[in-house]
Amino acid sequence: MEHLISPAHYKFLGFFPGAILSFLYVIVGVGLFAYIMAKRVAPLVLAKPDNSRFSDIPARLMNLLTIWLGQIRQPRYMTAGVLHIVIFFGFLTLGIRTCSLVVIGIFPDFALPGLAMDQPLGFLYNIAKDIMATAVFIACAIAAYRRGIVRPARYAVPEKYGHDHTAEAVFVLAIIMGLMVTESLFEAAAVAAGEPAFLMPLTLVWIFAKILPSSAHGFLQFLHIFSYYAHNTLFFFFLNFLPMGKHFHVITSFFNVLFMRVRRGNIKPVVYGITAEGLDELESIGVKRLEDFTWKHMLDFYSCADCGRCSDQCPANLVKRPLSPRFITIKARDLMFKKYSWRNDFQFGREPLVGSIYEADEIWSCTTCGACEQECPIGIEYIDKIVDLRRGLVDEGEVPQTLQKPLQALSKRGNPWGKVEKKRADWARDKEFAAECEVKIMENGDTAETLYFVDSITSYDDRMVSIAKSTAKILDACGEDFFVIGKDEKDSGNEVVRFGEEMLYQELKNHNMEIIKESGAKRIVTSDPHAYNALKNDYQVDVPVEHISETIMKNIKAGKIKLKPIEDPSKVYTYHDPCYLGRHNAVYDDPRDAIKAIPGIQTVEMVKNRDRSLCCSGGGLMLFYEPHEEERMAVIRVKMAAEAGANVIVCACPFCMVNMEDAIKVAGLDGQLEAIELTELITQHLE
Amino acid sequence: MEILVCVKRVPDSAENEIVMNSAGNDIERDDLVYSVNEWDNYAVEEAIQIVEKVGGTVTVVTVGDADADEILRREMAMGAEKGLLLQDDAFEGSDCKGIATALKGAVEKGKYDLIFTGAQADEGAGAVGGMLAAMLDLPYASLVNKIELGDGKLTIGREIEGGNREMNEISMPCVLSIQTGINEPRYVGIRGIRKVSGVEIPVMSAGDLGVDAGSVGAAGAKVKKIDYFVPEKGEGAEMLEGSTEEIIDKLIEILKANGGL
Repeated sequence: MEHLISPAHYKFLGFFPGAILSFLYVIVGVGLFAYIMAKRVAPLVLAKPDNSRFSDIPARLMNLLTIWLGQIRQPRYMTAGVLHIVIFFGFLTLGIRTCSLVVIGIFPDFALPGLAMDQPLGFLYNIAKDIMATAVFIACAIAAYRRGIVRPARYAVPEKYGHDHTAEAVFVLAIIMGLMVTESLFEAAAVAAGEPAFLMPLTLVWIFAKILPSSAHGFLQFLHIFSYYAHNTLFFFFLNFLPMGKHFHVITSFFNVLFMRVRRGNIKPVVYGITAEGLDELESIGVKRLEDFTWKHMLDFYSCADCGRCSDQCPANLVKRPLSPRFITIKARDLMFKKYSWRNDFQFGREPLVGSIYEADEIWSCTTCGACEQECPIGIEYIDKIVDLRRGLVDEGEVPQTLQKPLQALSKRGNPWGKVEKKRADWARDKEFAAECEVKIMENGDTAETLYFVDSITSYDDRMVSIAKSTAKILDACGEDFFVIGKDEKDSGNEVVRFGEEMLYQELKNHNMEIIKESGAKRIVTSDPHAYNALKNDYQVDVPVEHISETIMKNIKAGKIKLKPIEDPSKVYTYHDPCYLGRHNAVYDDPRDAIKAIPGIQTVEMVKNRDRSLCCSGGGLMLFYEPHEEERMAVIRVKMAAEAGANVIVCACPFCMVNMEDAIKVAGLDGQLEAIELTELITQHLE
Repeated sequence: MEILVCVKRVPDSAENEIVMNSAGNDIERDDLVYSVNEWDNYAVEEAIQIVEKVGGTVTVVTVGDADADEILRREMAMGAEKGLLLQDDAFEGSDCKGIATALKGAVEKGKYDLIFTGAQADEGAGAVGGMLAAMLDLPYASLVNKIELGDGKLTIGREIEGGNREMNEISMPCVLSIQTGINEPRYVGIRGIRKVSGVEIPVMSAGDLGVDAGSVGAAGAKVKKIDYFVPEKGEGAEMLEGSTEEIIDKLIEILKANGGL
């Protein structure tokens, strides 16, 4: 039988060459796409610079390999994740096919190098793309069913955040399915008409080729040409539709992952590369208007796929604080599309973000726990944006009343309670304790190689000084020669920088850095993860910083300390990962191993653990903030511990302890559940 | 609208442990940190909000030594345009009337539509505002917690017994003592203070103000502090013991017995 005429050789109405039509598709489709992209990129060019995104190339390539190409974050949500992986690899495979199809419409014999049908790779590729097209088709059908019929809760759009996004999602899935069908029909028609080809059984193209009547030559010819141009139309429509909404991520995710955060735990500077003097001279600091965001943060807005995972993990959203990270992004993207429209002239209005698209309470509600960033499959950042927005609010004097006192106290006394400096090491002078364990204090002229940086809450809080004492006893038992700074230690400022009071943070940091240098400490141990994070990631002190859990494990392994069997073996212990030890610093195992080193101890994990740990409500200045919320995060957490069958929740952070001990009472779990700090537990079991 | 706000530098009660000095005539001041009197901060915020609405300038004035510069700058960082420091050895040891006399001199050097003071400061007399108004022969309202602007006059709310509020009309110029809670004062960060660090703050002495040195300071004081002490702990506190339920029951019983319920 006669083979079908290819689109390039086809004559429309008997005279108009298909090749020219195909060429026009490319000119119009690519031209429009280039125009739209130029308009989309323009605000990024005008945005604030961020050259840090071009360093750490090996780590960035690793992220591309794992997070983008490897899709490693996708299976954290199994159903959606697997569907996405199928569609993602389908796109990668079929992207090649689509490119060559576009060219085939002009040059019918075109094949990408090595991928011609008569070459082994081309043969294999042809089978692979048919399988992928079928897989994508099925995945999209399931995805459409999920979005349209099952409707998982995390995709819902609360009324205050605008309209529902289901229609757009289903529409795009339909386009993708259309692309798969037309691609398969195009080939199936040719095969049905007699073109020799091996078709993988059960693929779309195989099914179509089986169904199509090989005798109806005219129909097959029509179908061949129709499906070609239908595919071309869908493809170029899709290409130009991508930058209009949440499917922009198909294009931007590569770049977003390439440029995503590579360091952990730190906060971006006010302006990259700025000096202390430069900071004083800035007209305004922080993000107040859309244009104050960096290009990467704007790229984040473009890239959000609206998958809702950030908000699903966000503890603030969970307790119904007025914050949903997903909508921090979506609202900013809507604003970008409005101000920097691809159709209209740009609007350079400079209206403030807080008061228009954001509320102040929304910005203050974040505990900076990092659950959203840990989850985002394409590396969208939130903490730096929240901090930048807070910097803007602080600069305008718009700080909640409850935070003003502690900030002022931090500025005057170096701790948020305004306690007197000279009492900072009073815990170490407590007679009963001092008799058991003598602590060197720098203000007495006593220093050593190892500095125990205590930080404010552990130094002053009547309940939490027990952590300082326990830590000291552990260090003592390990045979460590250590000291504390005493009155000249100031708050580490972990929350000061995160609450946007940059200048105060700089003062605290400079003071502490100088004192640490003056002390000649060669190594720093902390018991407070917030201090640990600030010293390690924000200050970046040039001596090693470790958390006491790491010290404990090192010494247990080295046999320097031994733990005696658990007192009450019937009790079940569970470990709560503090955000600043876990997510921000990836210390997950040492505290767990330290607990398990107690002979006979029974442990259990909570539903949310390790990098999905649930924030306790936040530490540092967050203790002073009065959020609008329906429930306390810690109350949910302690209930989770009880559900896991635990009698004791072990925390490795003084702020977690404050929140958990309160929450146990609020939840009415007194007598059923208790909270203990890791160092307290270890000290109780020191041999 | 030209507004003068009188402010004072006081030991910050939230950030100090107040103890008596060894002589027993004052508190131990060596280890204190100071800040602007809390009430004054509300007064400055209110003045700034008025000026933001109708235009004009806010001037902050204080009677004090060179250290008082820090609080003037803090309030200027908030948004007060001008500062004025009334500094003279002659002012030392002033009673309320002495302070009011110095402030009167400052008021007369300018032309103000409104003069604000905090309702009270660290010494708790709450007298300067009223005295200043009397000396200037201006209308006065105390404990003001709401201000509505009118034409040549103000409608003001005053906090009265039991959390009630009364509304008054008062003609301008006038003196108002401002109660906390009238607004939410804005935050002043270190950056804001640094921005105004270079602004010149005029210093005026008793002579500059045309104030007779004998009418102010220790010399002019008619009220003198003769003792200062922490009251002795009285008897009568009863600690309830037992389980939480028992304590609650006992407490209810006591409240009932004493007419509290």
